[in-house]
Amino acid sequence: MAANFSNPVVRWIDHRLPVFTFMHHELHEYPTPKNLSYWWNFGSLAGIALVIMIVTGITLAMHYTPHVDHAFDSVERIMRDVNYGWLIRYIHMNGASFFFIVVYIHIFRGLYFGSYKAPREILWMLGVVILLLMMATAFMGYVLPWGQMSFWGATVITNLFSAIPLAGESIVTWLWGGFSVDNATLNRFFSLHFLLPFVIVGVVVLHIVALHRFGSNNPLGIDVKGPKDQIPFHPYYTIKDAFGLGVFLIFFSAFIFFAPNFLGHPDNYIPANPLVTPAHIVPEWYFLPFYAILRAVPDKLGGVLLMFGAIAVLFILPWLDRSPVRSGQFRPIFKIFFWLLVIDVVVLTWLGAKPAEGWYVIGTQIATVWYFLHFLVILPLLSIFETPKPLPKSISEPVLGAGGGFAGATAAPREKV
Amino acid sequence: MAETHEGDSRRDFLMITTTAVGAVGAACVAWPFIDQMNPAADTLALASIEFDVSTVPEGQAVTLTWRGKPVFVRHRTPKEIEEAREVPLDELRDPQTDAERAIKPEYLVMVGVCTHLGCVPLGQSVSDPKGDYDGWFCPCHGSHYDSSGRIRRGPAPLNLPVPEYQYISDTVIRIG
Repeated sequence: MAANFSNPVVRWIDHRLPVFTFMHHELHEYPTPKNLSYWWNFGSLAGIALVIMIVTGITLAMHYTPHVDHAFDSVERIMRDVNYGWLIRYIHMNGASFFFIVVYIHIFRGLYFGSYKAPREILWMLGVVILLLMMATAFMGYVLPWGQMSFWGATVITNLFSAIPLAGESIVTWLWGGFSVDNATLNRFFSLHFLLPFVIVGVVVLHIVALHRFGSNNPLGIDVKGPKDQIPFHPYYTIKDAFGLGVFLIFFSAFIFFAPNFLGHPDNYIPANPLVTPAHIVPEWYFLPFYAILRAVPDKLGGVLLMFGAIAVLFILPWLDRSPVRSGQFRPIFKIFFWLLVIDVVVLTWLGAKPAEGWYVIGTQIATVWYFLHFLVILPLLSIFETPKPLPKSISEPVLGAGGGFAGATAAPREKV
Repeated sequence: MAETHEGDSRRDFLMITTTAVGAVGAACVAWPFIDQMNPAADTLALASIEFDVSTVPEGQAVTLTWRGKPVFVRHRTPKEIEEAREVPLDELRDPQTDAERAIKPEYLVMVGVCTHLGCVPLGQSVSDPKGDYDGWFCPCHGSHYDSSGRIRRGPAPLNLPVPEYQYISDTVIRIG
């Protein structure tokens, strides 16, 4: 249905190129469940974080030099000489962390409210693809300043691929374009770090197309029963998202202006030295849970496989959790295990930053086993044995009582699912 | 009716003020991203150079680099100075006396970038074509400059510009 625009220029263009109708349809009248909580802010926040990263990244690329002899100095020049370079770089640096914070909350929201279940499996899988692309992008971006952590992070992570039987060594040499991480590696990482964000934009578009096919899930996890359960996206959720953005920006600014290096490593302000490894190598905090899983296994190939497996298991999640009830609110046992998983991932993050020795190793192994147990054993079993609480008839019902139901459904007794 | 109008105007007021504050905020955020493309501090730090003109023998010229552009310094012969002074101002496209263009008449200092489309004119080296006016000749589109660097013929609209410079001693100039 074409919207009726009052501006004649808009009408003229829209008749030939219906972009305004499209935007009106997808961003204005787009019907959205009326009970979305603030946990639903993080999708749009992630989109905004991506835009912030692309805008600051493109401006940084105007001043950065991808060469082993100049990269470190060009970053320092950005910090000292380029107008507002310090600000733009600190936004980009901390923006990476905040992008991951927002996306991790977004993922856990999906896990709790069952947003990965039918008919949103592909929506969920596209999200996992975005996560993988983000990780690759963040990793390569971290290499660009060519500090000690950049260099040794690049060395360690590319060496993961040497665990592949037979072809491993050749693959690593191919990734490096030489016999160690060097200028060729830096150049290709810069190229790919520039490219991948736009690939992410492409997958995000698919993610949104898939989302708008059935609309957002909601805290009750039940399907929308009719127009009474929905409100238009604008102004209700635009204003809610804008408010959430304001809160996000307060936290973001606090880091940028008052603790810009809090989430980084001081070692990365030492120029890369291929002859000396820093005493304690740690990846950026957002990789720590996966890094912990890598170190949990006392076998090179096993560790690498398990680390990638930790993300691969998310791909098949919609088929591991077969419970027809989406929202954790109505799954008393699932709810407990969900929070145990949250704790488990936090513990893995903490352990990932610790040296790999003594009790830390054993703790990491326990937490790793629990992570996989949750997805591969607990969720499938819960789908069989758990008795969910009764679901409301509609989104309106719990708020408006029986009057909120629809003709024919009013005052019907709640059924067990 | 009065009631609804009051409510409407309050809503309009909130809408307009919110949009205005948002626009100011957006402009504040936009500024660093615009300003980062301006010359950086290290670029500005290299914006002036010093040069001892006595190192240039009479009749010869050197080309310096200043702000990424060539600067011509020519030690002119008495003949060249005389030629430059004799030209009637109404023959010039961009009228300027020779005295306005050289602090000390022996040393002509100017930016060696053709005012047409930015090529570097020939005439610095002894073997270069000097154009029809004993000065410089731009090979790109055929602009002729005289021994004072003034445009005499060809498409260029203006004389070769004289940069801001001063003598900080008898023979040393600071450009910029």
